[in-house]
Amino acid sequence: MLSVRALSTDYTDRRGASVRAVQELAFDVQPGKFFTLLGPSGCGKTTTLRSIAGLERPREGEITVESTVVFSAAHGVFVPANRRGFGMVFQSYAIWPHMNVYQNVAFPLVAGRRRIPKDEIRARVLRVLDTVALDDVATRDATTLSGGQQQRLALARALVLEPKLLLLDEPLSNLDAKLRERMRFELKRLQRELRVTTVYVTHDQSEALALSHEIGVMKDGRLVQVGSPRTIYGRPANPFVADFVGTTNFIRGAVTSVQSGSSTLVVASEIGSVTALATEPLHAGADVVLTVRPEDVELSETAASGVNTWRATVDQKVFLGEAIDFRVRIGERLLLARTHPRLSTRIGHPIHVAIAPEKVLALRAGDA
Amino acid sequence: MPAAATRTAVRSTPIPAEWLQGLVVGASVLVVVYLALVPLAFLLWQSVHAQVAAGTVAPLSLDNFRNVYARTGTGRLVADSLRFAIGSSLIAFGIGTLLAWTNERTNAPFKRVFFAVSIVPLIIPGVLFVIAWMLLGSPKIGLINVALQALFATDFVFVNVYSLPGMAFVDGLHYAPLAFLMMSAAFRAMDPALEEAALMSGASVASVAWRITLRLSWPAAFATLLILFVRALESFEAPALLGLPAGIQVFTSAIYSAIHRYPADIGLASAYGVSLLAIAAAGLWLQSRITARGARHATVTGRGFRPRAIDLGRWRMPVAAIFVTYLLLIVGLPFLVLLWSSFQKFYAVPSLDAVRTLTLDPYRFVFAFPSIARATLNSIALAVATATAIMLVTSVTCWIVVKSRARGRSALDVVSSIPIVFPGLVLGLAIMIFYLHVDVGIYGTLWILFVAYVTRFLPYGIRYNSASMLAIHRELEESAAMSGASWWQTFRRIVLPLLRPGLVAGWIYIAIVSVRELSSSILLYGPGTEVLSVVIWELWENGQYVELSALGVLMIVALSLLVMVAQRLGGRLGVRIA
Repeated sequence: MLSVRALSTDYTDRRGASVRAVQELAFDVQPGKFFTLLGPSGCGKTTTLRSIAGLERPREGEITVESTVVFSAAHGVFVPANRRGFGMVFQSYAIWPHMNVYQNVAFPLVAGRRRIPKDEIRARVLRVLDTVALDDVATRDATTLSGGQQQRLALARALVLEPKLLLLDEPLSNLDAKLRERMRFELKRLQRELRVTTVYVTHDQSEALALSHEIGVMKDGRLVQVGSPRTIYGRPANPFVADFVGTTNFIRGAVTSVQSGSSTLVVASEIGSVTALATEPLHAGADVVLTVRPEDVELSETAASGVNTWRATVDQKVFLGEAIDFRVRIGERLLLARTHPRLSTRIGHPIHVAIAPEKVLALRAGDA
Repeated sequence: MPAAATRTAVRSTPIPAEWLQGLVVGASVLVVVYLALVPLAFLLWQSVHAQVAAGTVAPLSLDNFRNVYARTGTGRLVADSLRFAIGSSLIAFGIGTLLAWTNERTNAPFKRVFFAVSIVPLIIPGVLFVIAWMLLGSPKIGLINVALQALFATDFVFVNVYSLPGMAFVDGLHYAPLAFLMMSAAFRAMDPALEEAALMSGASVASVAWRITLRLSWPAAFATLLILFVRALESFEAPALLGLPAGIQVFTSAIYSAIHRYPADIGLASAYGVSLLAIAAAGLWLQSRITARGARHATVTGRGFRPRAIDLGRWRMPVAAIFVTYLLLIVGLPFLVLLWSSFQKFYAVPSLDAVRTLTLDPYRFVFAFPSIARATLNSIALAVATATAIMLVTSVTCWIVVKSRARGRSALDVVSSIPIVFPGLVLGLAIMIFYLHVDVGIYGTLWILFVAYVTRFLPYGIRYNSASMLAIHRELEESAAMSGASWWQTFRRIVLPLLRPGLVAGWIYIAIVSVRELSSSILLYGPGTEVLSVVIWELWENGQYVELSALGVLMIVALSLLVMVAQRLGGRLGVRIA
């Protein structure tokens, strides 16, 4: 469906120097899928989205949609934004204040060189307004809508042409927390129902995990990992992804032995010997970073046995309602653990720690 | 109410701070109401009373208006006023909008230099700008005519500033930067995503410009046009210096002529003044209505992604040429012609002969002439006193309007912005009439100029102070109150320091416009109370062009230095001037 190849962009900053925004980016999105570009601000994700939209002209690379080349630096192809026929929702929604709700949605149908009969325009606008549950405010002034309604209006306007590709630039970031959570479900339902191929840009990892079929994590203009939400969360390819997506414990160490025929290895670390899982081939002696999610650190007041068990003391704890976060001390190291709130060991008291070997990932140190 | 919050149960004696608050607030309100309302009321009163011998009560009549509008020539005066104002505002708007659009949305060269130079006309007093353009565009001695006539070996008059189009051109050129700044702000305030969203909807670039950009900036454009129109109606220098010699009269020059004939016809001047005031008020009222409706159109904007500049391609150099021409017309040529003339014994068109007679005499004259030294001191004293008084008084009234819940605070807001509708000349007239009738001993002294300046520039002080007042969160004052501070302590230790950037910027701005002020001063000065702009005017009337040029060059250089220092200082305080 969408194919991005070797995309590089740069822009000139205030002093006139050339700055690289995106470098050698490549990814594919299958038809009907929801693809998210996730990364911290300034990583180039919005620039990438705008390049796909045709609002930016990249320096190098090629963008193809359904076997149509919309951009190719090598062949000098650049289809302007208004000929690409994609839908886009902007971060600010960009609702035109001089038009009412109906006129905003109808604009894509009357703009450009399309000649669509009045009746059909009306039918299509009302249908899409119905889809986003705005049919009852069609004649209202667009600026009188609430934040959530404006967001849905922007979505309706992007969808009314039934675009091949829907582009969303942080559409939920201007909403308050409760509304954001509701719109997350709404957006996911719509996308799954309409099966419109979607590229979504966000810096919010929980949005990315909740909505996507596939996530591309970006850092400094490069894609550092592409995978399903479960892979990104459970099998991060490097410490950056592990850290950016969710909370994690990092423990430094070096490989002491590798079990032949399996990806299990033993690491000498700051908290002693740890049995861990490797996602790539590692040799004995290699420097590694171990990562463990707090919810995979099991705490108990009764002693555990076997590999990856430690005696620790409770250093601090935070009650969150549905869970409780413990900070425990193993020797000099502090580890974060998230457990069921029924555990109520007091601060300063001993506690037992166990981590399943397959929940400890060994990542090559120094990677991104 | 922060003041109430400071009153704790422990204190039982009346708190002096409460009195102080009442005193400071009351005094400020009185000053503002007195300044804004008294001359207006008196002008209206005067205009509906037939002129009779001093000391007797004048009968109420509309004779003055009947006289004015029955008179042949008044129709022409109204028509010429409107033609001049429309012409000037369209020229300023056309130039300013084109420059603003290229500056904001395209990759034209020299953009940064251009923006920096755009404040220069703020520095050049109107009277100097017009005189410089007389030296450039007069039919006989104008440099442009002389040069083009020599080039084409003809005696054809290429430009003539002593004409209605000439007046409109010079005035419009002088105020193009105002249009530039206002339209730049309008273009910048528009979320570029609004245009990009239309592009993504399949609209062509032309369609986006027509259906989105133009439609959305229409309220701002219309408001800008109205302001330029009202301001052109109020303009005094170009109509008086260029129009009167050519026999063209507009409202402002007619008022000036009515006062400066013997005997002065104050009734006639007031009737003209009230007419002008009515048109100006209507224009500004319409403008505020449009702006208020435009505010409804404001949308939530995200962190703006700067729009990619439109590539002008091969049009880059022609556009650059337009920029350079503009800068030449508005800054380069006027300053150079003054500079040239300031080194001559008698004004002469530049030539090899004239180069041989270069002299520093005009500058010697400027430094030796006692009335120029006195005028400089007067101007400086007035600028400092006016700026200080306005910024202090408006800081209190803005606090009442923005922060307090005092009754009548919105009325105070309206009253304090009344002077903005006063054309400078009409304000001068109103103040002159008032203090002629009510003798408190300030007529003919510097004090009357001080009163006029404070009244005239009061709205600027309000604008600067209320902007920064709105930025001070209410809780900052409330926490001071919770810490036990009285109202006065809170105002002095919390509010004023936080207002400081706005105070400094407003002070500098008011000081500069005070030094430039001519149209009120021209009716109010007396022997010994001339200010610099009046001295330039008098030198012009005496035909002392070279001395005038020398004084003008010195003034421009001094004011430029002041602005540079102010911007350097302002950068450190986080202030942007103009």
